[in-house]
Amino acid sequence: MTERTPVLSVRGLSVRFLMPGGRRVAAVTDAHFDVAPGECLALIGESGCGKSVLASALLGLLPANAQSAGSARLGDLDLLTADERTLGRTVRGRLIGLVPQSPAAHLTPVRTIRSQLEETVAALTGARGRAAVRAAARAAADRVAFPAGHLDRHPHELSGGLAQRAATALALVGDAPLLLADEPTTGLDRDLVDRTVDELRRHVDAGPDAADGNGPGRGLLMITHDLAAAERIADRVAVMYAGRIVELTDARGFFGSPGPRHPYGRGLLRALPDRAFTPIPGMPPELGDLPTGCAFAPRCDLATDACATLPPVTGGLACHHPVTEDARV
Amino acid sequence: MSDTPVLELRALTAGYDRRAPAVRNASLTVASGEAVGLLGPSGCGKSTLARVAALLHRPDSGALLLDGEPVRHWRHRAPRAQRTAVGVVFQQPRLSADPRLRLSDLIAEPLRATGRSQEIPERLAELTAGVGLTPDLLGRRPHEVSDGQLQRACLARALVLRPRLLICDEMTAMLDASTTAALVAAVEDYRATTGAGLLAVGHDRTLLDRWCDRTVHWDDVTAGVLSAPGAV
Repeated sequence: MTERTPVLSVRGLSVRFLMPGGRRVAAVTDAHFDVAPGECLALIGESGCGKSVLASALLGLLPANAQSAGSARLGDLDLLTADERTLGRTVRGRLIGLVPQSPAAHLTPVRTIRSQLEETVAALTGARGRAAVRAAARAAADRVAFPAGHLDRHPHELSGGLAQRAATALALVGDAPLLLADEPTTGLDRDLVDRTVDELRRHVDAGPDAADGNGPGRGLLMITHDLAAAERIADRVAVMYAGRIVELTDARGFFGSPGPRHPYGRGLLRALPDRAFTPIPGMPPELGDLPTGCAFAPRCDLATDACATLPPVTGGLACHHPVTEDARV
Repeated sequence: MSDTPVLELRALTAGYDRRAPAVRNASLTVASGEAVGLLGPSGCGKSTLARVAALLHRPDSGALLLDGEPVRHWRHRAPRAQRTAVGVVFQQPRLSADPRLRLSDLIAEPLRATGRSQEIPERLAELTAGVGLTPDLLGRRPHEVSDGQLQRACLARALVLRPRLLICDEMTAMLDASTTAALVAAVEDYRATTGAGLLAVGHDRTLLDRWCDRTVHWDDVTAGVLSAPGAV
């Protein structure tokens, strides 16, 4: 899987927010990962750990007080240095399709789903002329199984599940090789979560139809704190804590055997109601006031003096005391 | 006391339009000290039911009993004794917290509103530790804390008057696994020391089955079958 040319290749990505009074908030620090075509990488972690900032950095949507470093290559383009014109005209919608967190807030409230789909089709595809645009919008709706009878409805007239499908349809119109899903299942009930991630998986496996699509399938970077959804869809998992990716590993091994090697990933799984249901003690640290060593050490029962220094990333893991025994035992 | 259910709903119908009620003929009982999970899909009306039970929405018909006493008035017209017997935590902490209040004032507000300000220092100290907040967070306003931290404060606010019944409407739907487990543990600690009843409304069967003594499905609650402990 990793031999294929990645769709997205992130190297040393860091984002700092400059706050009033000269304070600096380290939202993302030194992130390295690839997303291959046909692959889903799930980025998981507690709220406020920097996941969504990472997504905003990839789309060039960081606020003005943010500084980013490193690189994020999508084909020949570095997303971090691209100017707004390039991002607007070639990246958003065309190279990266965004499946938003809250479709109800993402869709335009005063226009019908059909009109939003037609506008997107006209802007992103070669369809010209009223009939062709209408047909292409209809096809885009069909692709996500959005019922044709609901196309003339406004967003507030749709259920959460249908609004999510409409937003996904918009994300797929440009046949982008990379899909970026930011908490696509927040607030949905379990059946809808399952349906939404299964549909996303289908679009990952189906791949861009465009002739110049780079290989079999789209890449999907899914940002989520829903571990059940991540287990259902992901090929690989990146665990983020306090702005750093502390573990990057195969999803099957992470959720099954041998389980997470980083004590934080292990703690997250132990908190699930169908496992031990015990919380990790304490709370995540403030991103503006991180310790110099391992940020998880204050909450970790394996921590020793060694944890006062920052653990290097070796084999996709940043920990001085990786867990070795099987999580399920 | 132990024989009287802390909460009883009898054939309750409620909604925002009398011609199309969101809740139709719902019946449900929470025994004293019992934890009941109410399971239903998005949009089924379970939040409306939770609002009625929390005295925040007047039903169109049916009866609601708190500790065996029928409820006759809702919202600001509810008598204080009944209003303060129920604590409620909502799904979205951002929408249920006044953005101008520091967390300490957010948590203490129910004590001020009921003329019990002298209890604030003691309760604040107990609850801060109980819900896993740290004292340095108490001076912050909602926009300066995370969703998980704000929800912890909202739970502390719901517990500050020591309610006999706690209603949690999708309390953890926006939260990660660890914060979810921490908040549930805080609720259960409170219930273990006070014997309070719990109605936990949600869509996650795994969570409710693990958390509650029994889980009832929305379809059974509204089917006209009076659901009582033991009557599975």
